[in-house]
Amino acid sequence: MTITPTLKRDYLVKLAQEGKRADGRAFDEFRDINIETGVVLKAEGSAKVKIGNTQVLAGIKMDVGEPYPDTPDKGVMTTAAELIPLASPDFESGPPDQEAIELARVVDRGIRESNLIDVEKLCIEPNEKVWIVFIDIHILDYDGNLFDAASLAALAALMTTTVPAERHELGDNYPLPLSDPPVSVTSVKFNGTCVADPFLDEEEIAEARLTVAVDKNGDIRAMQKGLRGSFTREEITNIINVSSINGKKIREKLFKSVGK
Amino acid sequence: MTKENREIVIPSQLLGDIKQKKAGKGTFVENGKIYSEIIGVLSDNSKYINVIPLKGRYDPIEKDFVIGIVEEPLQSSWLVDINAAYPALLHVNEVPWDVDYGETKKFLNHGDSIMAKVLQVNREKKLQITLKDRNLYKIKGGFILNVEPSKVPRIIGRKGSMIALLKKYTSSRIFVGQNGRIWIDGTEEGIRKVINVVRMIENEALSYGLTNKVEELLKKDTKVVH
Amino acid sequence: MKQDIKLFVDGKRLDGRTPDELRKIKMEVGVLHRAEGSSYIEWGGNKILVAVYGPKEAIPRHTQNPLRAIVNAKYNMAAFSVDDRKRPGPDRRSREISKVISEALENVILVEKYPRAAIDVNIEILDAEAGTRVAGLTAAALALADAGIPMKDIPVACAAGKIEGQVVLDLGKEEDNYGDADLPIAISPRTGEILLLQMDGHLTREEFDKALGMAIDGCYKISEMQKKALVEKYQKLTEVE
Repeated sequence: MTITPTLKRDYLVKLAQEGKRADGRAFDEFRDINIETGVVLKAEGSAKVKIGNTQVLAGIKMDVGEPYPDTPDKGVMTTAAELIPLASPDFESGPPDQEAIELARVVDRGIRESNLIDVEKLCIEPNEKVWIVFIDIHILDYDGNLFDAASLAALAALMTTTVPAERHELGDNYPLPLSDPPVSVTSVKFNGTCVADPFLDEEEIAEARLTVAVDKNGDIRAMQKGLRGSFTREEITNIINVSSINGKKIREKLFKSVGK
Repeated sequence: MTKENREIVIPSQLLGDIKQKKAGKGTFVENGKIYSEIIGVLSDNSKYINVIPLKGRYDPIEKDFVIGIVEEPLQSSWLVDINAAYPALLHVNEVPWDVDYGETKKFLNHGDSIMAKVLQVNREKKLQITLKDRNLYKIKGGFILNVEPSKVPRIIGRKGSMIALLKKYTSSRIFVGQNGRIWIDGTEEGIRKVINVVRMIENEALSYGLTNKVEELLKKDTKVVH
Repeated sequence: MKQDIKLFVDGKRLDGRTPDELRKIKMEVGVLHRAEGSSYIEWGGNKILVAVYGPKEAIPRHTQNPLRAIVNAKYNMAAFSVDDRKRPGPDRRSREISKVISEALENVILVEKYPRAAIDVNIEILDAEAGTRVAGLTAAALALADAGIPMKDIPVACAAGKIEGQVVLDLGKEEDNYGDADLPIAISPRTGEILLLQMDGHLTREEFDKALGMAIDGCYKISEMQKKALVEKYQKLTEVE
């Protein structure tokens, strides 16, 4: 495990009290975001997202399979995340740990609850055959804020996914039908200060974390509070506002990068 | 002035013969020939062939000043991370305080930073450090920056010239550990200036005319450089 | 599997290559921020990322070797890197590949310099198209050099095989699936010693010699590219404005 020197925490806290962050950003400011799609040819859709030095790759694979018995006319969507040891000296190989599972499930919820993928349109033959969408998130370089980078990568990948109908003799390939994407914005709190898009040092001293997924109308589609600290109601309201503002900017960037 | 590039050599590159030169740091000998074992800068002087590493963890040398981060207080010692391949041991006999058995936590705890000196590196690479020197102590305040250990000589500069420039223009206190950790204390602006300049030196460590470039950068109006 | 797929059309391979031609290869060194050493390679349709961490004390302690460092190469395929999505996590094939790559790397890394330590080499296959293990090892060599790990040579790997009775270099996707033999190897280019060798299929003694010779020649060509990629990355530091 890499150790963070205590004085680093003291320094970040001291700066925060002066209204500053170690990398010069405002409390509600994001690092540079870079989105690249179509990076993995084997995948039906893929995207690589960089937020600052954090890099995440998402790949979409689709296959034909049986629907769940309680939803016989709906397609299936499943999300997995891997915190591969490549990305950080603190990630260990092996089955996904709690961090990876939480990450996958939060990204999944944002997408599912916004009905981004119309699962009814993924039905081929009710009770028999439906499309299964596999969303796989691969962390490549960890410098804080995996939730937002992973979510954005999954969205960009889905928005450039082609349903491989030809391979399964189900007609011509066509773009995966989607509705409006929710954008996720994460903030952390340390020593009473809340900052958006934490980089690694800030994440290491974070006491509490809140991820908010917002749709195009500013409505909330998913939320997740993490870590052992707590938030006041006021802090939560502020974070939602920050998420809304940043969400709008990130949404524009997302649409631009997928060519829409 | 003609620019000579400093020669970069890579692992397995043939550098010379033991009949003519001695194999120095960063090299290995096979069948009487000297080869580079790392990617680095060739330093071929009259007696030795050395390769100066460009990357890699800190390789501890006795008497080096280092900045350590305490990993774990043990019963009569502490395990300290000094950015080497192994943690270093700091024994209670090597600190300026009177520490009773089992009381180590009272003095240094997980996450504390210290200015220390490398006491001993034995053959099995077991490392020992000491705090017994009037220049050594537990660090309070400031910020620690991590750099490639191989770049430290450049950051210090010839006879400390580079560090002197940094201190002068930023009014910061700066201590450079040989192990690639730099402690900076001062105003937030001063600290940020130092970080920017150090990063620049890291990226251009091998260029000529670097000291002048650094001085120019420091002299410029440095209102919050991101 | 013999299908009615033709692997040679008008004397050329499906992707237009001659029998002794390599696919297109691109290499980059130092591509990740967190890793101590890293590299990225595109080889045909393969896209592979490698990160190196270490040397650092091996944990758990019982894995430590008091005389030298242990090299843990981990080969892993991303779920989306293949035609049919692969369940995440190491399967038996990945673990075997990890082992043979670790052993090849241990030969050239100067492991005696780091007793009780571990060197982790993480090889991630992001996009797969036959020959991932040789591409992975080739990239791993660059990442190790980038991490400053002392080595007595920069290992390089390449594969040869047999399709429709003919020995060819660097099998592509269909050739790997429908061909008659596959021979991935790795060498230490300075000495020519073979560090990794696996074979499956059917080769006569002559065909084997021919395939091995072809793979070795391929290795030397790729070795030049590795050296160029390394020098280019670091030469930039010495160039003054």
